[in-house]
This record gives sequence, structure tokens and C-alpha cells, in this order.
Amino acid sequence: MTTTAIDARSREDHDAAGKRQFDELIAQDSRIEPRDWMPADYRKSLTRQISQHAHSEIIGMQPEANWITRAPSLKRKAVLMAKVQDEAGHGLYLYSAAETLGTPRDRMTEDLIAGKARYSSIFNYPVLTWADIGAIGWLVDGAAICNQVPLCRASYGPYGRAMVRICKEESFHQRQGFEILLELANGTPEQRAMAQDAVNRWYAPSLMMFGPPDEDSPNSQQSMLWNIKRFSNDELRSRFVGMMVEQVRVLGLELPDKDVRFNEETGRWEHGPLDWNEFKEVLAGRGPCNAQRMERRREAHEDGAWVREAAAAYAEKQALKHAQAA
Amino acid sequence: MTGGSTTGDDGATAPSSGPQEPRAAWPLWEVFVRSSRGLSHVHAGSLHAPDAEMAVRNARDLYTRRNEGVSLWVVPATAIITSDPYAKDQFFESPQGKDYRHATYYTKSEGVKHL
Repeated sequence: MTTTAIDARSREDHDAAGKRQFDELIAQDSRIEPRDWMPADYRKSLTRQISQHAHSEIIGMQPEANWITRAPSLKRKAVLMAKVQDEAGHGLYLYSAAETLGTPRDRMTEDLIAGKARYSSIFNYPVLTWADIGAIGWLVDGAAICNQVPLCRASYGPYGRAMVRICKEESFHQRQGFEILLELANGTPEQRAMAQDAVNRWYAPSLMMFGPPDEDSPNSQQSMLWNIKRFSNDELRSRFVGMMVEQVRVLGLELPDKDVRFNEETGRWEHGPLDWNEFKEVLAGRGPCNAQRMERRREAHEDGAWVREAAAAYAEKQALKHAQAA
Repeated sequence: MTGGSTTGDDGATAPSSGPQEPRAAWPLWEVFVRSSRGLSHVHAGSLHAPDAEMAVRNARDLYTRRNEGVSLWVVPATAIITSDPYAKDQFFESPQGKDYRHATYYTKSEGVKHL
């Protein structure tokens, strides 16, 4: 046997042993860690999911950051700034988790800027009034939490750990949104109308955040077999609708959906039809704010280039100084 | 074995899946947070920074936004030495079957006070 043949064979043995161990860990509902053998598709699928998730957090800073200067009080500005800062942090936790799979963060950033990577469709909708900030916290962050809590148990260790940290911080986001809406709902008739209008506009897009219906979601099944996803899109969406039905009563507002009902037979909450064509259009880059979000992200990256370069130059100079002094 | 890692707290790099980066990225640092006096520093995650000083500052902004810490360590990810994940069965073999190293192995003293 030639050396190459031996190498190829030991590589095969290594892969077979790795796959056995991977399958066992998944069957035991244990966790996969960065150095473990994993199927190429598992790595690819997770890299895509985690980096898209990271991009969503980073792009998600924009619609809210636009409102910091217009937030109605100093306290509201401080709260909104803390929230936007959290989104940046969440993006960074997730980029770190994705990096453990082998793709450098800079490449993920480049993919986003080049328009090659996706992010959540929800951030391509305009934020028209202050009440929208409330609706985003309540509905959008609420949907995100519903999606993310089961991800804390995702089979990939670094992803699960990032999600634990993120979920802890997200609950503040949802509560602050709820409070904004509650205050408006109990305010003047105009404020109340503004709150209802925001809920009307954000309701359907937030339900679509859970992804296409189960029958149109081909990746979901594999993801569930790998213990990344724990519940189907429709299952999570139904759970979310149930929570919103309760909470909207406390707000004294209404969900813009006459078809919401609890199905005793299936034990699930049902909602009216959603416009999946709109969802596909927005995902394909043709939503109301896609171009604006991408342009702003590109600008921010380019405008920040001198800071990154200066920091690198300073670090180099300091290292040289230390080396000379030693 | 060495390797730059991140939130995977075994300090490891997964094999690169594509072409190498043309320009050097900021190095990766692992972040450890002491949540209060009397406790150890615990791995919190990782970040990129051009140098140690910036790494500490970034770590403060990224991992202690809610008073999570009273002290921080940052360590270049490349400086972490890990055990070999592929040899872990042999490497951690010694304690296997040695239940007598645990107090729970000794059952005859059950019911005896202060023991």
C-alpha cells in the first residue's frame, strides 16, 4: 500500500469513528463541541443559521437606533440605547459561536455587506412612530424569545451557550416594549390609536418570523433530527399567538386577526392567513427597507475603517515599543 | 495542542472551511469573568481586539453590561493548551470504575450522625 492509500484509509476510519460518536451524542441528547467530528452538512447548516442570526442582531440595531434621538424622554433614550447596545452584544456572541465552526468573523461581515448573507425579514419593515418601538419590543422581541428559548438546548454547545445569555437579556427588551404600548394605550385617544396602529402593522410580520409553514420548510426536519431545532415553525407560531392573545387583553388593545382561536382538538392556537408572498419578496431583498438597511450597514463598515486601522496601528506600535524595551 | 477558539471553552479551532483570509484579522481573546469576590474567574466567551488593553475594554462592554463582574481576564486564544479531544477516552480513563473515590461509595455508615 502506498502512503496516500494508508492516509486515505486512516481518514476513513477516523470519519467512521467520528460519525459513530456524533450519532451517539445526538441520540443521547448531549452536546457537540467545536473540536468534535461533525458531518459537513451539520457544520454548514449551523454556520448559516448562526451567522444569519448574528446578522439579524446587527441589522436589528438600525430601526431602533433611528429612534434614540426622538425617544420622548431622557429615560426612554437611555433605555433604548441600552437595548441597541444589547443587540450589538448579541450579534458579537453569535459571531463568536459561528466562528468556532471555522468561518472567520471578517468573512461573515463581508458576506453580509456584499449582500450574500441573509438576515431576519422583520428588520426590513419601517418604524414609523414611537409606538412602533413598543410593538417591536412586545411582538418582535416576543417572537424572537419564543424562537430562542428552545435554542438554548441546541445540540451545538457554543450556540446553546450564546442563546442562554441572549435570552436572559431579551426579556428586558420585551417588557420595555410592553410598557411603552401600555402607557400609550392608557393615554390620549390619539396615543391609543397610535399604539393600535403599530400593533396592526407588526402583528403579521412578527408571526412570519417563525419561518414558512411546516410543509414549506424543508430544512426544518433535518435540523430537528440534529437537535438544533426542537419545535416546528408552526408549533412555535401557535404557541406565540396564544401568549399574545392573553397579553393584548392587558394592554386593552386588539390583535388585527379575526381568525384567532384555540383549536380544542389539536390543542393549538390558530391564526388567520399570512401573506407568504410578501415574506418571500422581503427575504429576496424587495421589502420596504432592504436597500436602506444594507446601505447603512455598508456605510457604517466603511466609515469605521479608519478606527479599525488606527487601533491596529496603535497595537503594532505598542508591541514594537515593548519588544525594544525588553 | 494549541488552538485559537471561542465560545467553545475547550480552546480549539475548527478546521477552516474555505480560503485563507487575505489580511490579518484582529486576534481572538478568551474572556473570563469573576462575578464576585470569593469566586473564580469563569469563561464567559470570546472577542476580537487589536491588543490586550482593547480586549479588556471590549470585554467590559460585551460581558459586564449588567454588573456581571468585578474582575476580568483576557487570554489570547492561541495561548490556550487543550487536551486532545480524540484521545479523551484514554486520557480520562483513570477515574473510571473507581467509585471508592466518592463518599457515596461507603454506605455502611448511613444513619450515623456527623459522618
